[in-house]
Amino acid sequence: MAEPRTAGAARIEISALTKRFLTPKGEPFTAIRDVTFTVEPGQFCAIVGPTGCGKSTTLGQISGLEQPSAGSVKVGGREVRGITEGVSFMFQSDALFPWKTVLANVMVGPTLGGMAKKSAIALARDWLRRVGLTGFEDRYPHQLSGGMRKRVAMAAALINEPKILLMDEPFGALDVQTKSIMQTELLGLWEQTRPSVVFITHDLDEAVALADQVLIMTSGPGSIKHSFAIDLPRPRGEVQQIRHEPRFLELQNQIWASLKDEVDRAYAQTAAA
Amino acid sequence: MNTTTLTPTEETPVDTIVPTPPAAVAAARDIDTSLQVSARRARRRRSALIWLCRVLLPLVVVGAWQWSTNAGIVDKFFFGQPSGVYHSLVSLFTKGTAFGSLWLNLWITIKEALYGFLLGTGTGIVLGLLLGQNRFLAAVIGPYIKIANSVPRIILGSIFVVAFGLGTFPKVLLATVLVFFIVFFNAFQGVREVDQNLVANVRVLGASPWQVARHVTIPSALTWIIASLHTAFGFAIIGALVAEVLGAQHGIGLVIVQAQGQFDMDTVFACMLIMAVVTLVAEYFLTLLETRVLAWRPPSRSEAQAI
Repeated sequence: MAEPRTAGAARIEISALTKRFLTPKGEPFTAIRDVTFTVEPGQFCAIVGPTGCGKSTTLGQISGLEQPSAGSVKVGGREVRGITEGVSFMFQSDALFPWKTVLANVMVGPTLGGMAKKSAIALARDWLRRVGLTGFEDRYPHQLSGGMRKRVAMAAALINEPKILLMDEPFGALDVQTKSIMQTELLGLWEQTRPSVVFITHDLDEAVALADQVLIMTSGPGSIKHSFAIDLPRPRGEVQQIRHEPRFLELQNQIWASLKDEVDRAYAQTAAA
Repeated sequence: MNTTTLTPTEETPVDTIVPTPPAAVAAARDIDTSLQVSARRARRRRSALIWLCRVLLPLVVVGAWQWSTNAGIVDKFFFGQPSGVYHSLVSLFTKGTAFGSLWLNLWITIKEALYGFLLGTGTGIVLGLLLGQNRFLAAVIGPYIKIANSVPRIILGSIFVVAFGLGTFPKVLLATVLVFFIVFFNAFQGVREVDQNLVANVRVLGASPWQVARHVTIPSALTWIIASLHTAFGFAIIGALVAEVLGAQHGIGLVIVQAQGQFDMDTVFACMLIMAVVTLVAEYFLTLLETRVLAWRPPSRSEAQAI
């Protein structure tokens, strides 16, 4: 791969990570066990797996919102203790402040970082321009379409130029057309700042189209089953078009073979329960 | 998708797509405007009908009351009479009450209700936010709040009047107690309903607990709190009036209890009307506050708010 500007990005090293919870009934529950993987600085890593396999738990560990039960999470060579610095989150729900205007929503990051109000406004306007929302600064989230809200969330997540971008099924709730538009836009924005990305999804096509590395997670307890390198050239351009390339289909088939067993197994488990 | 279905076939000749002639466009526009005109007329007719019925409804009810008491079907000694209520209202405003002018008594009741409302709202919000955020505190104090809530609190009025005398304080206290629980439960619920993704979002951005509260928890709970204020003010008035009925030197509640003692139902109704007006005015201001603070909300979803 060419040498992109990844100076701001951080390497994520996860080794033998295990997370156990106590269920409300007081029984221990192992969400993930012995998870080991590495995301190189500026790499786009997608994690695919059946429902409830601990994908979101893994994200929580990287952000430092949760502490591991065993194993270690290192970001930029340093063990994660407390909130990891330079992380942004994007969720399936928009996670926008409904009582703040679009501009104020995007400003939250810089303001919490201690930036003066004036420069925060200027920066937020610039990011709204980048996501194509100039002129919508004073709207409230409920006045926007689903795709526009996603763009606001993207601007809000990227404005701090994070070292790591954690995305938890960010486009899961969108319709197919909007989804592919947002994927293309995400790739465009990511090329600009190049943070390391951990992207969780159910959608294998999405994972292959966007990522450099696709990890397949097994369920109950979650662990990494396979890792696939995606060697589609970058910049990838329109996500809609990548899907028809022979190499894409080849990779997709390969990974699906690995994923299918897991999906079947997870389904059998839930059906039996 | 099968792409062959997209190519035009013999059955769908391409030449059917011709530009619409100008005459047809004009005709379509005429139909549009005439539709608009008739729709507007229908709407105006409907709103006129609504207003007519609105005016008629109280006229019929009050008229029937007046007529039946006049005719002796209903005893006006027990049920009062609209004309009597009117005379009593006039005399209340011009001659005052046995305990000073009406304005003085009204002001005292409003003052008690207002203090109770503010105190109850304040403590309710603070405790609601606190217990909502702190699971340990909630677990410790929660059961006691439930117990206190199941006590018929109006009876506390008797205790307050005996303990603190006939002054303003016991009235404020009863109103506070009534208001507190309404606001408390709403503030508590509001905190619990906070979008956890939003909290996670600001936490990874490095927000302190206070910043999380200021940016996420409090604004989010505010919708619940403000919704509860409408009910809360009504209860503040009830608290003040009941405490006055139980023992006071001034206030509308005292006027009511004295009128009741003299079987003067007209004055009781008159006082009821006056307090209803006070509550309506307060309601108006609360709605103003609500629309201001919650300007970000999507336009009213609940039908109850439209009334």
